[in-house]
Amino acid sequence: MNKSTLSEKNPMSHAESNYISHPTDDLVIDVHGLTKRYGKHTVVDHLNMQVRRGEISGFLGPNGSGKTTSLRMMCGLITPDAGTGTCFGYDILSQREAIKQRVGYMTQKFSYWEDLTVLENMEFVARMYSIPDRRRAIQQALRELGLESHQYQRTATLSGGWKQRLALAACLLRKTELLLLDEPTAAVDPQARREFWDELHRLASQGVTVLVSTHLMDEAERCHRLSYIAYGKLLAFGTAQQIIEQQKLITWSVRGSNLALLSERLKQEPCIQDAVIFGADLHVIGFDESQIHQTLEKYTKEQLCTIEHYMIIRTTVEDVFIYLMKKTHEASAPTGGKP
Amino acid sequence: MNRFRQSLSRILAIFMKETIQLRRDRVTFIMIISIPVFQLVLFGYVINNDPRHLPTAVLVGDESRFTRTILSSLRNSEYFDLTERFTSHESAETAMMRGDILFIITIPPNFSRDILRGETPSILVEADATDSVTVGGAIAALNQLPQQLALKDFEGILGQNNSGISSRLSSSAAPLTESSVHSSSSQPISFEVRVHRKYNPEVITQYNIVPGLIGVILTLTLVMLTALAITRERERGTMENLLSMPATPLETLYGKITPYILIGLLQVTFILVIAIPLFKIPFEGKLWELYLSAFLLILANLTVGVLISSVARSQLQAMQMTIFWFLPNILLTGFMFPIAGMPIWAQWISRIIPLTYFHHLMRGILLKGMTGAELWHDLWPILLFTTLTMFVAVRTYRRTLD
Repeated sequence: MNKSTLSEKNPMSHAESNYISHPTDDLVIDVHGLTKRYGKHTVVDHLNMQVRRGEISGFLGPNGSGKTTSLRMMCGLITPDAGTGTCFGYDILSQREAIKQRVGYMTQKFSYWEDLTVLENMEFVARMYSIPDRRRAIQQALRELGLESHQYQRTATLSGGWKQRLALAACLLRKTELLLLDEPTAAVDPQARREFWDELHRLASQGVTVLVSTHLMDEAERCHRLSYIAYGKLLAFGTAQQIIEQQKLITWSVRGSNLALLSERLKQEPCIQDAVIFGADLHVIGFDESQIHQTLEKYTKEQLCTIEHYMIIRTTVEDVFIYLMKKTHEASAPTGGKP
Repeated sequence: MNRFRQSLSRILAIFMKETIQLRRDRVTFIMIISIPVFQLVLFGYVINNDPRHLPTAVLVGDESRFTRTILSSLRNSEYFDLTERFTSHESAETAMMRGDILFIITIPPNFSRDILRGETPSILVEADATDSVTVGGAIAALNQLPQQLALKDFEGILGQNNSGISSRLSSSAAPLTESSVHSSSSQPISFEVRVHRKYNPEVITQYNIVPGLIGVILTLTLVMLTALAITRERERGTMENLLSMPATPLETLYGKITPYILIGLLQVTFILVIAIPLFKIPFEGKLWELYLSAFLLILANLTVGVLISSVARSQLQAMQMTIFWFLPNILLTGFMFPIAGMPIWAQWISRIIPLTYFHHLMRGILLKGMTGAELWHDLWPILLFTTLTMFVAVRTYRRTLD
């Protein structure tokens, strides 16, 4: 397969060590050292990423972390400044048209024509991809996503959830093998979100590969594999369990008075990586169990912010990702972070 | 006082925000500066309702001192540039049909002999009256011709015979003549200048305006429609979706502009259906040739629209660029002001603009019955413009979101 190489060398990514070797034909997306800069700002910094056939791969990261730019580079909508990569074996730089034929891309902002009806939008897509037996294919896609009763409705009048279903139906219309979904659930209610994820799993069971970007951590739990990106850098890669285990973080749930002050104080402790309030609890994260235990014990006797109760709980993906993001930020800050 | 200060602070905040936004929108800023400058230059230097140096052909049937004196006098009037000399009337008419010349001056055989015999020979001046404003000043100047000649030049030639030359206007003559200028004297020495306004003998303004309006309407509507159609996709975010689909730039552009070709042709039909019976505009040429010319102008306008949309980053910018394109189209193409009266540099600009040629074509097809090869003279520049603009538009069309 033709593979063009841009000038920059590809340094080892943070998550490089997490890569598992796969046979090439099992990889739908395989990119190395993807870099994109806007002026002096590096939006994506030497991104390495692999997506395997038939998996739901979560692309996680905070807002502005470079998820959208990465997805756009993978499907040929943006030209990377450096790096190489393939999608279905097609080079992402020189074989964009071939990639577009096989990839269903769902934009972050709804990007279908609001002055057309649902059916008219679907017919447009069907014609663009020269889908045989167009009417039957459209009706089938509409039926699968429950859009049949809305087909004559102007798209502008649909709710966020239905718009998102239309976008997905348009992707499915052409029996796409890879779905690139850019924060598809950002503007929908929890019920529609749940239904959407059920639909993604149904598609994955039929062999469709899904790469879905999100900044919602609960959605991470529903992915087969995760890539976590922050500040344009890939920080973690693997299954949720693998990522949690690799970081070896211990999380304590703490209850007490004046959690805000307690959080501030605990963050100053050298053995504690982070302290985040979750409702009535404070999650305290660190590596050394005995040191943290001693520190928390000390605060049970404090006057202004007293710990009443604490216990070790399961570390979540969110805990790990917030820790990773903070660590990367501190490492890149000129003054440096906590030792 | 405190409320006043708070109000002032809010006004200042909005003022500063607007100023920053305006400063960052460079295209708007450039347009704000350049449109008034452009208008000033155009209105100040270019527009001249009394154009001089109009291209004129002469058919000389009598080479004599009288002829030379008459031609010299025409030249000296500055209205006539005697650019061509023809030997046959047919070839002179073809040149006028194409729009190469605006006047044909015919000095008949035996002109000097007839003068010397005391008869009243006629000089025939045929004027292309499809643009009556352009030729109006020159025709008026012809009134003075016999008097000037009599006083200045013929006196020298016929000194002893021309002691009391006077001039007068005669309102009628041969059937071709709408107005004639008569030079006579107490002696039997005189000649007539017969003016024939071709294609629009009654000098009906609508004959000039309505054919011109077809092109102006097509330009005003189609450039803007196409320019906005593509920038709208970008502003609404649908362009990202469109670019993710497997359509080449040419496919996208063809698909985008084809509906507007049909709209343009429909507009032409509406204008013809309304204007011809309402203003009694003659239709001397062929309908399919008119539609062919309109089709080419529509294509030219649509490619300009596509080019604007490739450069503009928002619908507002596209609108501003469209207005910038309208200005020379209205002012420099001969629709409102005669091209012949413009300075040379402005005439060169007018030669780049397709609407200039389309005005020729419409006046030619509707009023003159221009047909066949005569059309090609004005069709190929439009075709060339369209091809070049389309090439640049496709090259600048953004295939990615970079």
